[in-house]
Amino acid sequence: MKITRRMERWSPLVVLGAVLLLWQAVVVLFDIPEFIFPSPLQIAREFGAYAGPLLDAAWKTFWVTMLGFALSIVVGVLLGFLIGSSRLAYTALYPLMVAFNAVPKAAVVPILVVWFGIGLGPGVLTAFLISFFPITVNIATGLATLEPELEDVLRVLGARRWDVLVKVGLPRSMPYFYGSLKIAITLAFVGTVLAEMTAGDSGIGYLMQTAGSQQRMALAFAGLVTIGAMAMAMYELFSWIEKRTTGWAHRGSQGH
Amino acid sequence: MTAFVDFRNVWLAYNDELLAAGVFAVEDISLQMGEGEFIAIVGPSGCGKSTFMKLTTGLKMPSKGSIHIGGAPVTGPLKISGMAFQAPSLLPWRTTLDNVLLPLEIVEPYRSNFKSRRKDYEAKARELLRSVGLAGYEDQFPWQLSGGMQQRASICRALVHEPKMLLLDEPFGALDAFTREELWCILRDLQAAQKFNVILVTHDLRESVFLADTVYVMSKSPGRFVVTRQIDLPRPRDLEITYTPQFTDIVHELRGHIGAIRHNPGKTGVAVPQ
Repeated sequence: MKITRRMERWSPLVVLGAVLLLWQAVVVLFDIPEFIFPSPLQIAREFGAYAGPLLDAAWKTFWVTMLGFALSIVVGVLLGFLIGSSRLAYTALYPLMVAFNAVPKAAVVPILVVWFGIGLGPGVLTAFLISFFPITVNIATGLATLEPELEDVLRVLGARRWDVLVKVGLPRSMPYFYGSLKIAITLAFVGTVLAEMTAGDSGIGYLMQTAGSQQRMALAFAGLVTIGAMAMAMYELFSWIEKRTTGWAHRGSQGH
Repeated sequence: MTAFVDFRNVWLAYNDELLAAGVFAVEDISLQMGEGEFIAIVGPSGCGKSTFMKLTTGLKMPSKGSIHIGGAPVTGPLKISGMAFQAPSLLPWRTTLDNVLLPLEIVEPYRSNFKSRRKDYEAKARELLRSVGLAGYEDQFPWQLSGGMQQRASICRALVHEPKMLLLDEPFGALDAFTREELWCILRDLQAAQKFNVILVTHDLRESVFLADTVYVMSKSPGRFVVTRQIDLPRPRDLEITYTPQFTDIVHELRGHIGAIRHNPGKTGVAVPQ
């Protein structure tokens, strides 16, 4: 069978549809009660009934995540720039950063709550803390893997470090940067929801936490779906920007 | 007459520990190269040919001895040189033309008026690309070109700021035999037209004899010049010359020297466990 462009385009929706059908079938077939594992139809019903609160919560979660994500882009790029362009900074900072990144962020949220109180602070900071590391690592990798010959060519001409970074290093690390944004944005959503569930007073995480404690599993699932949809949309947005700006790095045989 | 490039008893150890241990990448290099001369350095892999390039461009300072270029001692990176390597290392996000223009964005005096005179420089780069047979490919990206074409663009990039000295580190090593001979001729013509100095590092003896005025044979560990051979074949040389007995004799003679090096490794040869 020949795989056409059209089939490729629609394949995600087909898979999604198949999973939903299977899910619905399993729930109906085994007669699973809603408070244990709701069916897609029941979740859809909750979407209809609680459209207002869900949208409110989604909006809140979205912009808290964006704040944290913006912070992690700024800090991540600056740190990546630093450790990618200086061996000393790399050697000095990297072990500490790895250790820090390995700390479970769920354990950090209560500390943030003590420092910043219930509300925005912990959400933004958790989203930031969980998502800056991939950005840093990728920018640093892009800068550190410059071809030495190319550097020689430019240094002979009297290029300063800054010239090499701006003319070669940064453009070269752009594909790595976009790759890391796609990872970081999904992580940022995880961070925000984590903070909202542990110590929030609004947002999808808080909504899910409340719904769960009232055994309204369908509503909690609706929250999950909302998060998934938002993360997917942002991911696609970055993929699109990536393709528009760094097309030279995606010249594979897959016909993009 | 003073030589344009003048190496006097140059030694280089890559760092202080190696210097203290007496391990040198190149030893006691002396070389005098006239204005407009084309020299080739041949030798086995790892014999310090690339180190020699770094010394000539001022990217490395000698541990002992002195290097004068154009009558002045070398104290830092030498902007009158252009370099090209075995890997074309063109930037994939720039068109071929923009890749060739890159040095002009960096080196003075072009740098300060690059924006205002961009049109002139573009015309100049296009002309250079045309002269190596890349007319019509200026606005393509490097990854759309074949290996040989990329290497031509890389040589253009090395020449665009009109350097007095072109340094080539095995530039044709990764190309097939036909493309390689084509590029020999292109390099020959460019040099004949513009009269810049060329230092060609290679391990292809035919290439060195066909292109160079003087061939230096380098030995491995220690890296030093063991033979200097003037190539007195008449110029302009045609590819046909590579099939004459005269040419093959020279290649054969040089081959003999390389063979001798390989059979009698120097005093600092690799220690064999007892």
